[in-house]
Order: sequence, then C-alpha cells, then structure tokens
Amino acid sequence: MIAAEHLTIGYGETVILEELDFTVPEGDVFAILGGSGSGKSTLLRNLIGLDEPLGGRVLLDGSPPTQHLGPPRFGVLFQSGALFGSMTLAENVALPLRKWSDLDAKAIDIVVRAKLRLVGLEGFENHLPAELSGGMKKRAGIARALALDPPLLFLDEPSAGLDPVSSVELDELLLTLNRSLAMTTVVVTHELASIFAVAHDCIMVDRDARGIIARGRPLELRDGSPDPRVRAFFNRRPA
Amino acid sequence: MLATTGPGYRVERVEREGGVEALRFAGELRFRECFASWGKVRELARPASPRMEIDLSAVEHLDGAATALLLDLRGELTAAGAQTEIVGAAGPVKALLELYGAHSPRPSRKTPPTRISILDQIGREALAMFGESRVLDFVGDLALAGAQAARRVRMVNWADLTRLMERAGADGVPIVLMLNFLVGLVTAFQAAIQLRQFGANIFVADLVGISVTRELAPLMTAIIVAGRSGAAFSAELGTMRVSEEIDALRTLGLDPYHFLVFPRVIALVLVLPLLTILADVAGIAGGLLVALAGLDLTVNSYLLETQKAVHPWDVSSGVLKTVFFALSIALVACQRGLATRGGAEGVGRATTSAVVTSLFAIVVVDAIFTVVFNALGR
Repeated sequence: MIAAEHLTIGYGETVILEELDFTVPEGDVFAILGGSGSGKSTLLRNLIGLDEPLGGRVLLDGSPPTQHLGPPRFGVLFQSGALFGSMTLAENVALPLRKWSDLDAKAIDIVVRAKLRLVGLEGFENHLPAELSGGMKKRAGIARALALDPPLLFLDEPSAGLDPVSSVELDELLLTLNRSLAMTTVVVTHELASIFAVAHDCIMVDRDARGIIARGRPLELRDGSPDPRVRAFFNRRPA
Repeated sequence: MLATTGPGYRVERVEREGGVEALRFAGELRFRECFASWGKVRELARPASPRMEIDLSAVEHLDGAATALLLDLRGELTAAGAQTEIVGAAGPVKALLELYGAHSPRPSRKTPPTRISILDQIGREALAMFGESRVLDFVGDLALAGAQAARRVRMVNWADLTRLMERAGADGVPIVLMLNFLVGLVTAFQAAIQLRQFGANIFVADLVGISVTRELAPLMTAIIVAGRSGAAFSAELGTMRVSEEIDALRTLGLDPYHFLVFPRVIALVLVLPLLTILADVAGIAGGLLVALAGLDLTVNSYLLETQKAVHPWDVSSGVLKTVFFALSIALVACQRGLATRGGAEGVGRATTSAVVTSLFAIVVVDAIFTVVFNALGR
C-alpha cells in the first residue's frame, strides 16, 4: 500500500502542495489528476523518492521510498519513456535483470523477450529507442519497469504526446497488467479518456489551493462534485 | 474637427451630443500601415475629454495587431481619466475586438530581467559556478559512491569501459598525432632560426625533446581530450539528465556515479597517459622533419641527441601529470553533465562550461606540478 502522510512538496523553499494525506489500496489503479503546473509530477517524484518532501512522509508498504542501492521496489514509466539511447530495447529491459538477478545470459534473454512480448514489442529487441515511435517507447519503458516484477508501478503522463489509437492501446495494456498481475498502479495524467478508462480511484490536486481538492471515483467526481474546479476539469470548461 | 490620415485609413476627432468626443476611424486598419503613423493618432486623442468614444463603424478591415493598438489606445485614454468606449464595430471587426478583449489585462507575473553591469555579471557567474552547478553536492556524492565502489568493485559498470576507452582513446589518436606532430615541427622551426646563428643546430633535438615530453605533449593532448571527450561526456550526461534517463537509472536501483561517472573517469585516466606517449613520439617526429629538411642533420644524429637530452624522468613526469589532467577533465565534465538543468540550451551551457572549466583546471594542475617539480629540483 502507498500512503502519503501530511506530505508537503516543493522545490527549494517554494511549497507547491502541502498537507497531503491519501492512501492507495493494493491492486488499485490510482490516478493523480490536475491541470498543467498543478504539481502532480512533482508529487510523483516525491512518491518514488527522487525528491525529498519538504514535510511529512511517503510510505511504500510501510517504509520510505528513498532511492537506495538495492533492488527497486517499484517500476516507473517516465513521461518521455527515458529509455537509454545508446542501448537496444533488449539491453534496456535486461539492465535491471543483469544488475539485480542471478540469471545467466540465456535466462535473461528469455525474460526480456517475454517482457517485450507482454507489451507487444516482440521482434524489436535489437532496435534502438530512436528507431521507435512515441507509443512504442512508452511500451518499452513499461517493459523495463516490469523487468523485476515489482508490486507497484508508477506512470507519469503515459498518454502525453500519443495519438488517440496509441493512447487507447496503452490504456488497455495498463488495464490488462492490472487485472493479470494485480499490480498497484499510480498514474499521473490529465487525459480524461485515460482517466475514465483505467482509474479505479483518483485525487485531484490544485496549485492555487495547494492541496487535494477532490478524491473519489472519476465518474462520481465528474457527475457529482460540488467543487466548480473539479467540474470544470471533467467537463473541459474553464472554471 | 481635427483629423489625421495614414496609409489606407483616416481618423477624425468629432464632438457628439452630451459632451462626448469621438475618434472616428475609417478605412482599413492594418498593423504594418498603422504602426508608423500611430503617434499622430495618439496626439489626436489628446487631450482626452471626460467621455471618449472610439468609433469603428466605418472601419472595413482590422487585423490582430491593429486591434492591440486600438485596445492600448483605449487603455491609455482610460488611464488619463477619460471614460472610453469602443463603439460601432460590426461583423469581423467586432468579432476580433471581442476575441482580443476577452481577457482582462493582468500585470506580468514576473518582472522583466534588469540590465546588469559587466562586473555584476562576472560576479554572478562566479557565484553560480559553486551554487547552481552544485559542485559540493557532486563532491559529496562522489566521495560516498567512491567509498561504496571501493568496498564492492563490482558495483562499477565495467561493461562500458572498453567502449569509452575506444571512443576517448583510439578514436582520438589521429588528431592527437597530427596536432603534436605540428607542435613539434613549429617548436623546432622557431628554435632552428635562433640556434642556427650560433651553429648549434644539433641542440634543436634537445629543445624539442625536453619541451615536448615535459610540457607540450601532455598539455596539448589534455586540451584535445578536454575538447573531444570532456565535451562528449558532458553533453551525453546532460542529455540523459534532461530526458529523465538519470532519474530512470535511480529508479532501477543503479547509482549514476557507479554506472556513468566512474567508468568515464577510469577510461580517461587509462587513456590519456597512453595518448601522451604517442604524442611524445609525434612531437619528436615533427622536430626531426625540420632538422632533416632545414638543418642538415641526419636521422641518427638527431635521435642520438634526443636520447642524450631526454631522460626517463622527463617522459614519466609528463605522463604522470596527465593522470591528474584526466581526473580533472572527467570529473568536471561529469559534474557539469549531471548538474544540467533545462532543455537543449541547458545541455549546450553545460558542455561549454565543462570544456572551459576543464581547460582552466588543466592549466592550474600543470602550474602546480611545475612548482612542485621545481621545488623538488626536477
């Protein structure tokens, strides 16, 4: 389970969001919503330990997420995919396996092919990231994030920059992974179609309010939120 | 009635009922034509009466930028105390006014950057070297990662070492040989002009041999490596930083220092001394060419004289220095790369800074070695 307790985030002395309290139940797809510049990506960086909170704490299964020298406890898909440009897809996916498993080269190769097959990229093992489309890079990023079968998966704007078809394919992949692997997934997004398609539960953050302005199921928030900012977001109208 | 005209349009100031004064525009208001004569329109609007109208009923065409001028004029009149309205607009003219006037003006969220003096700029850059570039963070992280790697050598990404040595070393051999050959040649040529006057042609070999092995070859090779590999390391790490690859490494449980920094440092420390030995040979060969072509010396006599003049210490002291040059280049380049902020511009800035700082560091290290060797009587 993921828990944020009295979490205050920002950079330097600038507070972006403060006193955030929420939990993500095991097995859920949980969306962090908000407009551009609302601080949702900064919140994600705090959840995965890349940034230190200004106050409060984050607990992943009871312990802080601070990056340490050890096998990762979660997978992350960054907005750009963040594949290593000098490595092939197979090498990208194999990297955490080589580092953190005792598998020999042949076993790693089998696992890598399986992970790439899982995200629909079998046959692209020897391609460099630069040779792939945006959607393929994101799927390859997911394959790498899943290499060590983590129980938690974080995704930063997975649909950003994708055409509608690739975006829907990615949503379907996330749903399939969630159903098959019962993996707790946190998605940062502002794509409405994606939110309705994949999220069981969500919070919405707002920079002016410096905190969470809504929590609940996406459809319930769209149809029943008393907050005009939430209604404006879900109905694509200025507040 | 007062009036002014511009290309394609005319403005009149007319009095209307109830003490209202109107600026009546007619014709086509296009920014390119309006802008040059807009000063006259503003003059016509002064002094503002308590109630003003900007009448656009006779305007046939209005473009976006000219709309901005009209709205600015309204703001100026309002600020001068006149209650000002834009009236008479219809069709596309009205639509454009509504479009541009939809958002009420707001003050800028950030004040424009102020002009600063050259001295101020130099001071800020000096402070930024230690502040924004996070040198101290880098030193601390490096020390920590170094201690961990010393305990568990397998943590270092040795797999990349060969590739990095090939790129920094083998790929740089032609340019290192060519430049050092030319440096040896130029040095010999300059020396020959002077030494020939005293019949001391043979001492060109001494001068070239000692200056190349002790100073010129190590320095020139380090400068070439700073320009090639230092810039490449910084740009590569900077790009990885801005494309979130460094963050991705961390989330995979891989330390960027073990994975990226140490292999690069080790590669340069191994490669630069080897390149310097090749550079020594190339520099001496450059001197030999001048000796053969211009000083009537033979190959044997030149090489024998070089052998007599150049002691093992001359070569080894030069090579020893390059280990520290390599450390400076690799650490500066990696630090600048990892501290990159922003997008493409940030990568460019980091790369420039890496090369300039590396060159500075090389000269400082060289000066320290010169003083120390001198103090030791070598």
